[in-house]
Amino acid sequence: MNAPEPQVIRMYEARQEIYPREAKGRYASLRWLCVWLTQLAFYGLPWLTWNGRQAVLFDLTTRKFYLFGLVLWPQDFIYLAALLIICAWLLFLVTAVAGRVWCGFACPQTVYTEIFLWIERKIEGPRSARMALAKQGPSLRKFSKRTAKHLAWGLVALWTGFTFVGYFTPIKVLGAESFTLAFGPWEWFWVLFYALATYGNAGWLREQVCKYMCPYARFQSSMFDRDTLIVTYDAKRGEPRGKVAKDTGLSVNGGSCIDCTMCVQVCPTGIDIRNGLQYECIGCAACVDACNSVMDKVEQPRGLIRYSTDRALATGMSAQDIRRRAMRPRVLIYTAGLLLVVIAVASSLVLRTPLKMDVIRDRGSMGREVDGGAIENVYRLQIMNTTEQPHRYRIVAAGLPGLVLATTDEVTLAGTETRAVPIRLRAPHGAGQAGSNKITVQLTALDDPALTVKETAVFIVPR
Amino acid sequence: MSDFTNNFWNLYIVVLTVLGVLGCAVLLYSQSKYKVAKHNGPVGTTGHVWDEDLTELNTPMPRWWMWMFYLTIVFGIAYLFLYPGLGSYAGKLGWNSAKEYKAELAKADSEYGPLFEKYRQQDLKAVAADPQAHAIGERLFLTYCAQCHGSDARGNKGFPNLTDKDWLHGGAPETIKQTIMNGRHGVMPAMGAALGSDKDIENVAHYVLSLSGSAASDPIKSVFGKSKFSACMACHGAGGVGNQAMGAPNLSDKTWLYGGSAETIMETIRKGRDNTMPAFGDFLGESKVHVLSAYVWSLSNETK
Ligand code: SF4
Ligand code: SF4
Repeated sequence: MNAPEPQVIRMYEARQEIYPREAKGRYASLRWLCVWLTQLAFYGLPWLTWNGRQAVLFDLTTRKFYLFGLVLWPQDFIYLAALLIICAWLLFLVTAVAGRVWCGFACPQTVYTEIFLWIERKIEGPRSARMALAKQGPSLRKFSKRTAKHLAWGLVALWTGFTFVGYFTPIKVLGAESFTLAFGPWEWFWVLFYALATYGNAGWLREQVCKYMCPYARFQSSMFDRDTLIVTYDAKRGEPRGKVAKDTGLSVNGGSCIDCTMCVQVCPTGIDIRNGLQYECIGCAACVDACNSVMDKVEQPRGLIRYSTDRALATGMSAQDIRRRAMRPRVLIYTAGLLLVVIAVASSLVLRTPLKMDVIRDRGSMGREVDGGAIENVYRLQIMNTTEQPHRYRIVAAGLPGLVLATTDEVTLAGTETRAVPIRLRAPHGAGQAGSNKITVQLTALDDPALTVKETAVFIVPR
Repeated sequence: MSDFTNNFWNLYIVVLTVLGVLGCAVLLYSQSKYKVAKHNGPVGTTGHVWDEDLTELNTPMPRWWMWMFYLTIVFGIAYLFLYPGLGSYAGKLGWNSAKEYKAELAKADSEYGPLFEKYRQQDLKAVAADPQAHAIGERLFLTYCAQCHGSDARGNKGFPNLTDKDWLHGGAPETIKQTIMNGRHGVMPAMGAALGSDKDIENVAHYVLSLSGSAASDPIKSVFGKSKFSACMACHGAGGVGNQAMGAPNLSDKTWLYGGSAETIMETIRKGRDNTMPAFGDFLGESKVHVLSAYVWSLSNETK
């Protein structure tokens, strides 16, 4: 027997360009709605004004995050963690119920790819024209079309980078700077970096991001089960596929699928949904739109490719049964978890006092005896007025009989000011036992009693 | 440290690093393609077979991904060339954290320097009356002075109270600035041997108490102590009023640095005291000390 001829195996291969055909239909419209809503929010928010400042601004230099009336300080970073937890639960819940709808409709990668594809279609034409153009040798027409496309992409990308930085540097200042290109080095870096990321991801990488780079694509399957809604091809109805027979609208082989490959041509990740659920499928339902319009043309009922579940496909459940199965333990647990975190965060945000204080005892002296045997302790109050208005506060100390402030008991802080205020507390001779005594220091705004914080501290009586 | 002055370890690290980088490149190249026996069938496999018939499908990664791996290697080499990382080689850019720290300091100085410079041109009393300078001074005080003198500047045992009118070296604004710039060293020599017996020391202590009109002073002991007090006069003066030129405290008032009981005073006489106020001139620079001095002066003087 001859030894078999060796063959070279490559572990890396060049990308195969995908030219998705434009899909029109219910889900395509829904996706465009998502594109409009998310981009109106993203491009629009930084231009809004609130309290005479930018309504949404993440000011990294002064470490304050402004969200309309809410001002978050570094001490509030727990809310960022809470926000991430909420997002995670939401993703679990949505994925368990409806699969990768996030991917197909709202993910920035999808949204920007949709915008970039639209530009591509406007300049280079539909799928067939784009494929022909790609095959063509160099020509002036090809060069000018390509240049126009990349210029348009570049403009959208730059505007996106500019908007992104506008969340961190006041966007109107940034806008004024952009006329003279007087950005600071970091502004330059981030505008260009974010623009490049948009251009590269939506213009060049596209489905490669979903297939190879996106972590969510890798772990979302752990939230799937047999009752999760997925985009599926109804093989029972479709097979055996074949060319369309003129009279029936069915294929010559008797199945509903007439093998027109429309569903493959529209797929942005370049897969054939008729091979079953694949990890590359981002659930965008473009194939559903495509197949439905084909079914309309051949006068067959829609839904050869449709949203359904693994179980429904195997058992032939009705739509109503599918809906009923949505309320399964996994979904209920995700919902409960989500509600719990949302309620906890909401109530803590509502109950939050926009005033913070630390009481720091002077370490240098234990307790000092003054005239008449009274004892004094020195403290430093680290006070943060986290509102945007100035306030006058009264300091009250309590916890020992006769405990009073020996220094001024009122202090004024400007809006968003942080200040260290040294105070002396005095207790009469004989108050409290030798050693440390628990006391409290309370700070209350004179104009708004709701602005109150109370901190415990230690008062030391020397032996 | 001698381990590192020896060149062996330096070389050891250089060789390890270089081999590591090269190893990555070789591994990447050797694993990106290889020859296997020819298969038939629609899908390629990697040629790996386990348990007789279990084969691994080949679903190749995108090629740009491979180029990214190569790019990281190039990046690593460039980094090692520009920055320290290859043994004791300092890197082409000469970056180090000490330089970066100095640059940060210089940046802060250039930002706030003009403000401090503006105040330095002004008279100390004028600076003390400026609310912004007062706030800056307070922050400087809380950072550099509060450890000894307390956040409220009222001092501690052994650390003077800065809010009263009693000054060891004088309370004029310029004197305070001198004190902060150059520091002070206050020495009270041990007088125990010079004065004589314990009895004598006690008598002197009671005389000292009588100078400030303290009720705790025993009149008899005080009379005996008076004659011995001549040993103290060189510094504290005939009436015990002190001498600011040499930092000798005034003994005729009720302010006591270490406490005004007979026992404490006896201890002071017996063993002496040694006090240091560190010099801040070199550390903070004159312009900051200027603002700080104005603040300290304002603590015991009306500025409004
Ligand atoms: S298979 Fe259908 S739903 Fe999945 S990515 Fe392709 S077009 Fe979208
Ligand atoms: S679009 Fe519908 S009919 Fe056409 S190939 Fe796909 S499944 Fe078959």
